[in-house]
Amino acid sequence: MKILSKIYTWLIFAFLYAPIVVLIVFSFNNSKSRSVWAGEITFKWYVELFKDREIMDALLNTLLVAVVSAIVATIIGTFAAIGIHSMNKKLRNTWMMVNNIPMVNPEIVTGVSLGLMFTFFIEILKNLGFDASLNMLTLILAHITFNIPYVVLSVYPKLRQMNPYSYEAALDLGCTPIKSIFKVVLPEIMPGVITGLIMAFTLSLDDFVISYFTSGPSAQTLPLVIYAMTKRRISPKVNALSAIMFAVVLILLIIVNLRQSKDNKSNDRKEKSFI
Amino acid sequence: MRKRVATPYMIWMLIFIIVPLVMVVYFAFTSSSGGFTFDNIIKVKEYTGQFLQSFKIGAISTVICLILGYPMAAIISRSREHVQRTLVMLCMIPMWMNFLLRTYSWMTLLENNGIINNILEYFHLPRLQMINTEGAIILGMVYNFLPFMIMPIYSVMAKIDYRLIEAAQDLGCNSFAVVRRVILPLSVPGVISGITMVFVPSASTFIISKLLGGGDMMIGDIIEAQIQGGANNLNLGAAISLVLMVVVLITMAIMNIFGDTESEVSLI
Repeated sequence: MKILSKIYTWLIFAFLYAPIVVLIVFSFNNSKSRSVWAGEITFKWYVELFKDREIMDALLNTLLVAVVSAIVATIIGTFAAIGIHSMNKKLRNTWMMVNNIPMVNPEIVTGVSLGLMFTFFIEILKNLGFDASLNMLTLILAHITFNIPYVVLSVYPKLRQMNPYSYEAALDLGCTPIKSIFKVVLPEIMPGVITGLIMAFTLSLDDFVISYFTSGPSAQTLPLVIYAMTKRRISPKVNALSAIMFAVVLILLIIVNLRQSKDNKSNDRKEKSFI
Repeated sequence: MRKRVATPYMIWMLIFIIVPLVMVVYFAFTSSSGGFTFDNIIKVKEYTGQFLQSFKIGAISTVICLILGYPMAAIISRSREHVQRTLVMLCMIPMWMNFLLRTYSWMTLLENNGIINNILEYFHLPRLQMINTEGAIILGMVYNFLPFMIMPIYSVMAKIDYRLIEAAQDLGCNSFAVVRRVILPLSVPGVISGITMVFVPSASTFIISKLLGGGDMMIGDIIEAQIQGGANNLNLGAAISLVLMVVVLITMAIMNIFGDTESEVSLI
């Protein structure tokens, strides 16, 4: 039984990792072919990758959008979680339902709905004589929008774990409500906030569907460039890029995971010291 | 007082979630000149075939994910704690790599001159036609969304009280009966949320079908063609999106009735 489940685990992981291994291996291939190994290892695709203007511009755009949208979404989402947590049950459930809309809705519907709204207002602006188009701004607004619910969901459980009286104690000791949020509540929920921030950043880095409907030709991100390439021939440069991105995501995930396990350990210690 | 810090969020969600959905309804019920019309919604009927095809592919992918994912979740939940954490991470990592790249990599594997066919030829076996088939689309969906099935089932199974299983054994259950009468019923909420997390994206995704299935169009590809592609009919695109959204929400509501809505089991 034990051997059987080991074999099964290996098979599933082989399935999950086969395409990734192929991608990374062929980023070192000394030929343009995506499926025939030329027989020697080369780093030339990595060198050419950094010379490619289109890819480098897209990389910068992607990072800019991810950083800005993750930060804004984390600020709005964290305060949203604090606010929603203090509401009565009925209001709380209503807002949690609104929060779930973009998560339940098919991604393409969210993308299309945002795209339609942007084009609608762009048409109005154009009729008024302003120059407007889908651009970096609409892209960032869209990314903030789909990031916020994830931040709320990662902060909210931390608020529920927290001692409800410490906020009131701060008020009794003379803090203003805003000050006690910053001095008492925020430090307490910080792990959730950081997790939310990293999650928002990764989601934004990887998003294709929503970006596709909300960015104009002036605001190309990496997934959009990759998509444009799948229509022509994908160059091994993209394999090189994906190998690098894979390494970055791997490092980010390991950091998050170490944080969480450290969290759990310190919680365990606290509990033990009470006994 | 504390409620007020959520105000920016409320305004944001109204403008960027609620208003866009209203826009979808508005575009769906107007013609390109702006007058009210039912034409778009009526025209959606022409795409019944693609809707059915998408839901069929979504359903098959979901069933395969369930069959593959359930045992995996069980294995993870029964291993030692630090092993559990590593296995969970190994399931998640592929999910964070751009899905276009991963799907493209499957093209490399499945193509007529691709890696699998080259290996077959090396062993003097006949080449297989794998790319541009329905099987390839389903493979792509299962590949992309399998972790979404494993994770929620695992998180429910990990919480099952081991004493319940021991009690069942003490009361004379063999291991088959333990699975059927204790573990299966207790893992239903995870299965339900896994099904919704796999079915919705696999029925509505575009591109995967385009890359792996050749000309085969799913409903996502139809919407994309109307909004961004050559067809360029925003109103029809909005109408199809609206129908898709309504169908998906109804499906979810039905699933939730079956699932007894133990809302603890949310994402990941």
